[in-house]
Order: sequence, then C-alpha cells, then structure tokens
Amino acid sequence: MSRFDAVIAAAGVGISQVVTVVLGGPLLMGTMRKVQSRLQGRIGPPIHQPLLEIRKLFTKERIRPEEATWIFPAGPVILVAGAIVIAVISPLATTAPALGRSADFFAVVFLLLLGTVGLGLAALDTGTAFGGMGASRSMTIGALAEPALLVAILALAIPVHTSNLPVLVRSGLLHPALLASPPRLLALGAFIVVVLAETGRLPVDNPSTHLELTMIHEAMVLEYAGPDLALVTLGESMRLVLLLGLLVNLFAPWGIATRPGATSLAVGLVVFGAKVTLAGGAVAVYEVFTAKLRLFRLPELLAGGFVLAVLATATALVIQ
Amino acid sequence: MSDATLVVVAAAGLSAAAMGAVAPARVRVRAAALFTWAACGAAIVASLAVVSSGRPVALHTSRILPLTGVTFVLDPLGAVFVIATAAVAVAATIYWIGYASQGLSTRTAAAILPLFVTSMLLVPAAASVATFLWLWELMALTSMLLVLVDHRHSAHARSAAQWYGLMTHVGAAAILLALVMLATHAGGQSFAAIRAHAGHLSPLVRNIAFVLALVGFGSKAGMVPFHVWLPKAHPEAPSPASALMSGAMVNLGIYGIIRVADGLMGGGPSWWWLTVTALGIVSALFGALHAVTSTDLKRLLAYSTADNMGLVLIGVGASGLFAASHHLALASLAMVAALLLIVNHAAFKGSLFLAAGSVQVATGTRDLDRLGGLLRRMPVSGTIFLVGALAISGLPPLNGFVGEWLLFQSLLHGLPASNLAVDVAVPAAVSALALTGGLTAAAFVKAMGIGFLGRPRSPEAADATEVPPAMQLGAGLLAGACVVLGLAPMLVIPALTRATAVILPGVGRSLRGGVQLELTNAHGVVAPALLALSLALGVGVVVAGRRLLRRQIEVRRAEVWGCGRRLQTPRMQYTATSFAEPLQRVFDDVLRPDQDVEVSHRVESRYFVDSVAYRSTSEDALERSIYRPAVSGINWWGRQARLVQNGSVHRYLAFGLVTLVVILLVIT
Repeated sequence: MSRFDAVIAAAGVGISQVVTVVLGGPLLMGTMRKVQSRLQGRIGPPIHQPLLEIRKLFTKERIRPEEATWIFPAGPVILVAGAIVIAVISPLATTAPALGRSADFFAVVFLLLLGTVGLGLAALDTGTAFGGMGASRSMTIGALAEPALLVAILALAIPVHTSNLPVLVRSGLLHPALLASPPRLLALGAFIVVVLAETGRLPVDNPSTHLELTMIHEAMVLEYAGPDLALVTLGESMRLVLLLGLLVNLFAPWGIATRPGATSLAVGLVVFGAKVTLAGGAVAVYEVFTAKLRLFRLPELLAGGFVLAVLATATALVIQ
Repeated sequence: MSDATLVVVAAAGLSAAAMGAVAPARVRVRAAALFTWAACGAAIVASLAVVSSGRPVALHTSRILPLTGVTFVLDPLGAVFVIATAAVAVAATIYWIGYASQGLSTRTAAAILPLFVTSMLLVPAAASVATFLWLWELMALTSMLLVLVDHRHSAHARSAAQWYGLMTHVGAAAILLALVMLATHAGGQSFAAIRAHAGHLSPLVRNIAFVLALVGFGSKAGMVPFHVWLPKAHPEAPSPASALMSGAMVNLGIYGIIRVADGLMGGGPSWWWLTVTALGIVSALFGALHAVTSTDLKRLLAYSTADNMGLVLIGVGASGLFAASHHLALASLAMVAALLLIVNHAAFKGSLFLAAGSVQVATGTRDLDRLGGLLRRMPVSGTIFLVGALAISGLPPLNGFVGEWLLFQSLLHGLPASNLAVDVAVPAAVSALALTGGLTAAAFVKAMGIGFLGRPRSPEAADATEVPPAMQLGAGLLAGACVVLGLAPMLVIPALTRATAVILPGVGRSLRGGVQLELTNAHGVVAPALLALSLALGVGVVVAGRRLLRRQIEVRRAEVWGCGRRLQTPRMQYTATSFAEPLQRVFDDVLRPDQDVEVSHRVESRYFVDSVAYRSTSEDALERSIYRPAVSGINWWGRQARLVQNGSVHRYLAFGLVTLVVILLVIT
C-alpha cells in the first residue's frame, strides 16, 4: 500500500469515526430518554428527537449577552472541536485509528479538560450569577475527578507499559485474562464514577433539571441560544459517546476492527454503536432509580472513585 | 569557543547597573534596559554554544586580574538555566520600559534591577564555593531591595521584605554550611575539586550536606514548608521584578539542588530522593489549593509557583530514585521532564505575572473581587493572560501539556519498581500531578473568568484602558514562547538532554522525533503539533458547519436571564471568593479558612436585617502553625535577653567582673 493510500485510509477511518460520534451522540441521548420514558410509563419522544432539535437550533437567531466577549461563542466551538479530535484519535471502531500512534490517554484527558475549561470560561463571560455558579461547580467536580481518572489510567497502563490507547485496547483482545484481572475490574469502578461525573449524569448532575439552583452544567449554558446552544448540546452528547465508548472498548473490546479494510471498519462501527447503546441504556436505567446527590456529598463519591483507582494500581503492582 | 562572552555578560550587566545609577531620568530606564539586553544576549550566545557543542566554557578571573579568585564554568546544565533566565529577563526589561512611569524608575531601582538580572545570569555559571555564594547573596539582596521599592506606599511591602530577607538568609546560611563542609572535606573550594573528592566522603557528611542544601535551595524554590515568603514577596514586588523572581529566580533553587546533590556529590541513596519527591508532592498540592482560594491575583500566581516547583521537585526526586535503583534511562527521562517543566514555567509564569502587572497598572488593584470585564477593555493583555492561563493548566496544544505528559510518562514507566517505597511514591506522585492539574485549571478559570470576563465589579475596572505597547510586547513575547514551546517542544529537548547528560553521563537521549515526540526506551508518543493541527481543523469544521446550516452571521445582543427580574447588576455575579467556595469547603481541613459573618439589625426591630457582611480569609495554615510559634518564641527569647540588658552600667561592670572570676577559676 502506498503512502498516499495509507493517508486516504487513515482519513477514511477518522472521518467515519467522527461522523459516527456526531450523529451517534444525539441519537444516544434520544435512546436514553426513550428508555427512561418507558420505565416511567410514558411513550416519550422519538429517538431522533435530539437530532431534530439540534437542526432546528442551528437555524435560529444568534443571541449573546450584552457584555460577553468572543470567549462566549468560542467555548462551544472548542468543546466540539476537542471532541472531534478525540473522536479521530481514539480507538472506537478500530484498533488502528488515524494518528493512533500518538493517541495517548493522557492527551485525551487533557483534551476533555480543554472543553471543560472552555465552557467554564464562557459561563463566567456571561456575567451572571448562574454562569459563575455553574462554572464553579463544574470546575470543582472536574478537579476532584481528575485524580481518580489519571490513577485509573496508571493502573491500566502498568501491565502493558504504555498509556497509548490503541495498545491498551488491543491488550484486552490479545490477553482476555487481563480484562478479568483485579486491576482492570477496580479501574472499571473508578472509570464509571469518573464518566458519570464528567458527563454530568445522575447522581452527580441532573441533565433534565429545570431548577437553576440545583443546576451544574445547565447553569453554565443557561445563556446559550440558537446555533451556540446547538453546539453545546452536540458537544455534550459527543463527550458522552466518547467516554462510554472508551469505557466499553477498554473493558469489553470484542468486536472492534483489528484489520484494515472497509468491511471490518463497517462491522466495527456497528458493534461500537451497539455496545455504546447498551452502556448508555444501562446508565439510563440506573438514572431512573437514582436521586441526585447533594453537591457537598459529591467529594465522597469522587473520593470513592479515587480509592478504587488506587486499589487498582496497588493490585496491578502486586500482580506484576 | 572563547570565554570572552562571560566577561561580556558581567561587563554589560555592570554597565547596565551603572547606567541606571547615573543616566538622567529621561533615558535612565531605556539605557539600563539596553545594557541588560546586551548582557542577556551575550549570555544566550554563550549558552547556546555550550548546549550545542556540549563542551563547557571556563573563565578564571585570576588570568585577567591577578589575585582574584572568581571561577566560572558554564556547562550545559547551567546553560539551560541561563537561557531561561535571559529569556524572562529580556521580556521583563522590555516590559519595564513601559512600566517605568508606574515606579521602578528611581536611580536605586534602575541600578538594582540589572544587577539582579546579572547575578541570576552568572549564578548557574559559578564554579567555586566563594563565587557561587557571593553571587547567590547578591541575587538575594538585590531581589530583596526590589521587593522594598514600594515601601513608602505599602506597609505590606516592608513586612514582605522582612519575611523574604529572613527566609532567604536562613536558606543562604544552610547553603553556606553545606558548601563549606564539602569544600573543607575536599580540601579545595572549586566545584571540580569537590566533585573529585565526592567518592571519599563519609555517608554522614554527605547526608548532612544534602539536608542543608535541600533546606537552603528549597527555601529559594518555594518548597513547602519554606514557601511562606513567596505569597508575601511576589505580590509586593513591582511586576517586572515579580516576573523575574517567579520566572527565573525560583528556578535557581532547583538548580542548586540538582547541582549540589547530583553534580557535586554524584547522587545519593533513595531516601534523599524520596524526601525530595514527598516535599514536591506536598508543595504541589498545598500551592494548588491555596492558588484556588486566593483572591489576590498576584498571590494566586505566587502560590501557583509553589505548586509548579512542587511538580519540578517530583521530577527531580523521581529521577534520583530511578538513578538510585540503576534505571539510568528513566532517570534521564524524568530529569528532562523536570527541566522542561522549569523552562515552561519560566515562559507562562513570566507572562502571567507581567499581564497581572498590567492589570494592576490599569486598575490600581489586584483584588479579583474588584475586577471583571477586562478582556473587552484590555484585549491584548487579556489575551496574553488567557494564553498563560491555558498553558499553566496543561491544556494542549500549549507548552504546559508536554511537560506534564513527560512527567506522567517518566512516572508511569518507573512502575513496577523493585523497591516498595518507589511503588508507593510513584502512584502518590501521579495522584498529586492529577489533583494539581485539576485544581490549577480551576484556579486559572477563576483568575481569567473573574478577572477578565463578565462585567466590571468596580469603577476602576470599568475605566481600565490598555497599557503602553512596551508592556504588551514584553508580556506577549513570553506568551508567544508558550505557544512555540507547546507546538515544537523538540526545539529545546536536545538542549535539556545535553544538560541531563552532565549529571547522568553516558545515558543516551531519552526522547526523539520532530513533529511527534517519542520516548526512546519505552512506548509513548505524543504529537502536540498534530493535536494543534487537528484542533484547528476541528474548529474550522465546526465554524463551516454552523455557517452552512445558518447563513446569517449578525448577532443580537440581549439581556441575560435573571429569574424574571430585570436589571442585573455586576454585583450579582459570582466573585472569586464564591467561585472557590465549594473547593474551600471540600479542603476545609487543609486550608482552615477564617470565616466571619456579621449581621447587623435594624434599630427598630431585631427581625429586620440591615446588612450582612461576610469575610473569608484563608491564611496559610503552615505559617500559622509553624512560623507564628517560631516568631513568638524568638520574641520571647528577645524579651528574656532584655531583662539582663537593662542599660545600667553598674550591672554590666558586674557582669564583666563575674565573667573574669569564672574564667580565672576555670583556668586554675
């Protein structure tokens, strides 16, 4: 295969992953809402409703707070752009994503943080109490989730001696015993806590709240309207797909494409969609039966995640 | 290669000081700055030659002036520090030209600032105990005087200078003891003699020398618990001076630790490095926590310096630990990470301090709770601060990211270790790295968001205007360095590898690559330039997509949502205090904030509240629990001494007589 073909193939893989995440994010949101509605005895909106909402929002007028600077519209753009970069470099449908050699887990964590910081700054740019409240709470949760996340990554990386994401995913395929090993299972617990916190799901944050004082994420984006709001919604749903996707691929990598070629990529994309839908459905079911935690009980939850991650690292070191 | 450049550095630096002292007021600052640039330029030329050839440059003044014994040897390790110092100094002096109307333009100040820069440029080249200590002391004294520049207007400046003077001299005493001890045992005061004798030292001497050096240099680097002067002196010093102190001077504390422990004594047992790592972890966490809760912009930056130096110490400690367990390739990687963190810190902290100084010039305050909306009013300074804030938070594609990634990689590949202590220390260091990363991001979202975004919280902030171009240029140069170092870290990594080879000779390079940065001895790749390119592409796709779906570009400005209430006032915004409140509450036990709620009632009835005053100060808990008792103990000792010294001549004569009798008795 020539160099040119390789570039085309990598671009194809990257674009197909990005398209999957961009379209899959809103669809996943719709699916989760559907599952929750059904469990609550309602019919619920159709699964593609979020896609329709985003399309409608894109055609609406752009409105901005009086005193806001360019940071306000830049926040959502950075959020979505960061998510697109993660979608390109992460092993979602295939273990050989574009730029896979430099797809370091550490880089992904800081790309996620870039989106969080972008939205936090944009929220403070509105000059309202709610923007500040949301930014403050979201940065607090983000800061406290960080140790659990990085130490869990450390636990995963110790047995394979690298934090390169494709290698981590491939190691699970090559050595299935690794998946059931105590470090991976403990790290899984830590990851679940982190994913719930980073994506603003219950019990950390209630994505469907309408009371300003209890909001975290919704308070940050309260001032957005039209295309900017569409980007925020899109970005958040993409983050959910990406984090759930990394979670399932790290802990249940079966079905991911390991060989080059359009067919295996297509199979990989379908399997990826199915796995993420299952994981999202599980989160939705869990949310139906859970209440939101008080803000000041959250550090305990996140500390619990950190402890799991530390235990994962300790067992990884003992097993070695 | 000639040694003449070092003479040029010293000569240009001294001429700059002389210019500052004698030139007429109109051209004083410019003349001093010009000669300072010459000194910095010569220093950079000499250092670049050293790092590119790997051969040190030596200068013994006895060859020029007989009977003087000043010895300089600039090796690649020192050269890296010289380049970082010179870069910050050039930016700070450009800034100084614009800042001069705000102060720092008196004869004394204009003479001292170049002296301070020159001493910092020469400290890493000093190669004998006397030369080193002399320059170290010059650096300490000049920086202390710079803290004192504003003493007429601010009582805080006097107290800050006292704290700084005390801490730096206790540190200098410890360094003096350590170096003199080594020199005595070696039988010569040149660093070469000490190094040659290092193998023959007894473990006791080595350990004592190491602990003394760690305390002495650690206090300069702002290592907890010797950090108390940082949050006092950095805010009070005029901004060009605080940028120099925080961007360049604290680095030399780290340099001292590396030079003495690794360079002069050739490394040590693992407990040395465990101590360094542990102190690094404590500094990083303590600094980051205080940075989150500080409401004074420059105090926040000062605490964040303690935090960053903590991360550097983690790298230095990890490097020592790996070297002690004979993993030399890893040790080299960790040291490169530590040096890269230092270079990065010089760039972003320099630009942040200069931008904070611009805020202080434009608004007259550093209190975040009185700022806001400055990005609209000061677009250039605001953008510079934004770049610095994103870089220090470790966000790609700026320079902080690469440094933290390298540190994480060196820690990750150190596991599993054969040594239980390392197995415990490394995950602890990773946790500290992660928590500091998150807290730093929160602290700088606060600094940027509360200080520069939103609506102005005071009339001063509302009337702020952009600062003179020289100040923008000075701060902007360092912000540009953050971007360049972030996109192309390979520009400096070969130099850092050469510097590492000074203390770990014979270890190959630990990193290779151009666009992609790749570990040579382990599996780890990161491509900051490609990440930046993909981010830019992502932004392009998003903007194009938005344009495609909606052709209208004009934006309507509207009032914000106030729960149905009209007329939002800036007072309703979150302040820095309220932003940090959740984190302050979570880390209550460490921060021990002082909170005061005062409710005053109407005279007519107790049931109607007239006003509520809330005050929360988070004083340094370590200052309260360690330094306050120490200070009051010293005061008590002083009062006891005063009982004896009551001014009566008769009593003093009696003392003399008693002493004489006692001595005579003892002799017989």
